[in-house]
Amino acid sequence: MFLHGYLPSILEGAVLTLKLAAASLAVSVLLGLVGAMFKMAPSKPLRTLAELYSTVVRGVPDLVWMFLLFFGVQMLLNDLAAAMGWAAPDIDPFIAGVLTLGFIFGAYMTETFRGAIMAVPKGQMEAGAAYGMGPLRIFLRITFPQMVRFALPSFTNNWLVLVKSTALVSVIGLNDVMYRADAAKSNTQEPFTVYMLVALIFLVITSVSNVLLGMLERRYSTGLKENGL
Amino acid sequence: MIDFRLILDKLPAFLGGADGQPVLSTSDGIVMTLELLGASLLLGMLLAVPLALGRVSKNRLLSGSVWLYTYVFRGTPLLVQLFIIYYGLSQFDAVRDSWLWQYLQDAWFCAILAFTLNTAAYTTEIIAGQIRTTHWGEIEAARAMGMSKWLMMRRIVIPSALRRALPAYSNEVIMMMQSTAVAGLVTLADITGVARRIYSDTYMAFEPFLIAGAIYLVLTFVFVWLFKQAEQRWLAYLAPRKH
Repeated sequence: MFLHGYLPSILEGAVLTLKLAAASLAVSVLLGLVGAMFKMAPSKPLRTLAELYSTVVRGVPDLVWMFLLFFGVQMLLNDLAAAMGWAAPDIDPFIAGVLTLGFIFGAYMTETFRGAIMAVPKGQMEAGAAYGMGPLRIFLRITFPQMVRFALPSFTNNWLVLVKSTALVSVIGLNDVMYRADAAKSNTQEPFTVYMLVALIFLVITSVSNVLLGMLERRYSTGLKENGL
Repeated sequence: MIDFRLILDKLPAFLGGADGQPVLSTSDGIVMTLELLGASLLLGMLLAVPLALGRVSKNRLLSGSVWLYTYVFRGTPLLVQLFIIYYGLSQFDAVRDSWLWQYLQDAWFCAILAFTLNTAAYTTEIIAGQIRTTHWGEIEAARAMGMSKWLMMRRIVIPSALRRALPAYSNEVIMMMQSTAVAGLVTLADITGVARRIYSDTYMAFEPFLIAGAIYLVLTFVFVWLFKQAEQRWLAYLAPRKH
């Protein structure tokens, strides 16, 4: 039998990997929007905070963040709990993975969204204000639909890197595709077949993402004059 | 709560010094990270230039096969590529019985092989993109000088493309430097590997990974600065005009 019956287990792991990636993406988009707002805020402390976040996070490898946040923060929490006389909290690996990946890619999204918002002509927003729209309505009706086109290429890139980074989360003990592959590797003695299958799964996810986001990019570029190159 | 004594005690370990040993006595920590990075970047670049020429070739079979290579290596995680080479190849008796086995059972060799193939894929696409956008005037001038196709490639197109590839390539180098952190997962004592060893020896998690993160951050700044200097040196002619 193919992989001695380990195929369903690996596919289950792949589903968990996808869930992890999607949830982390949601967190990173949220953090990225907040980060971009902070970076363009009039207040200096907010700008410095956002600058610090995007620089420091992007300067350290994802794997080190995972070790630091998962093992390090768990230990600090244990110390804190012990000092307060509480029971040691147990962090769920899925939640920890989502928060860690979301935190890392939020920094990349901050730059993506900042660049995209700045690419929308200022007069567009001013025209909205002249029509008596509130800030939220201006963002939803004017800024957002126009910034999507500028944000999508870099957003696609961040998503693809995020998907590939989920492979690292197995180090914190999540039952994802890499973790299942490790078990299958030890029990089947077929490491090549197992990891080739994992590579194929990732390739399918990245390929499908490329196609879908490419379609979205074309949709948001409707009516745009091309340069003919 | 943070043990600063531990940080001071363990800092030399990241510079290749064991307990009581002089710093930089072994190639652990930063030295290992820079070795892995340097070797794979050099080999990756040597692969990428001819591959980029194949990628822009009019021969569909050639450009198609280079595309497939870069597509697969850019579409899958580096960790999986490393595991296929390090764990995967041992599945085959033919590999285990061949002379290659003495290299393929060595984590250092496998890491460099995986990193080289990975960075070559990204670098190929970067250089191919720049070759495609070479200004038509440069090509016409080269033809007017009577250069053959290969002479033109060697003297005009490739040097010009490599210069213009600098900003994108600097991102690739910094990404690659951070990606080498996965070497720690196949027993190597790079920066992350040293941090993991300290973690398993002392059961302290926060401090060793804090040091590791700080070292990567400093390295990132150093590389950003170096590439800025390189751009000022080689891309000055593309800078916006100063009034």
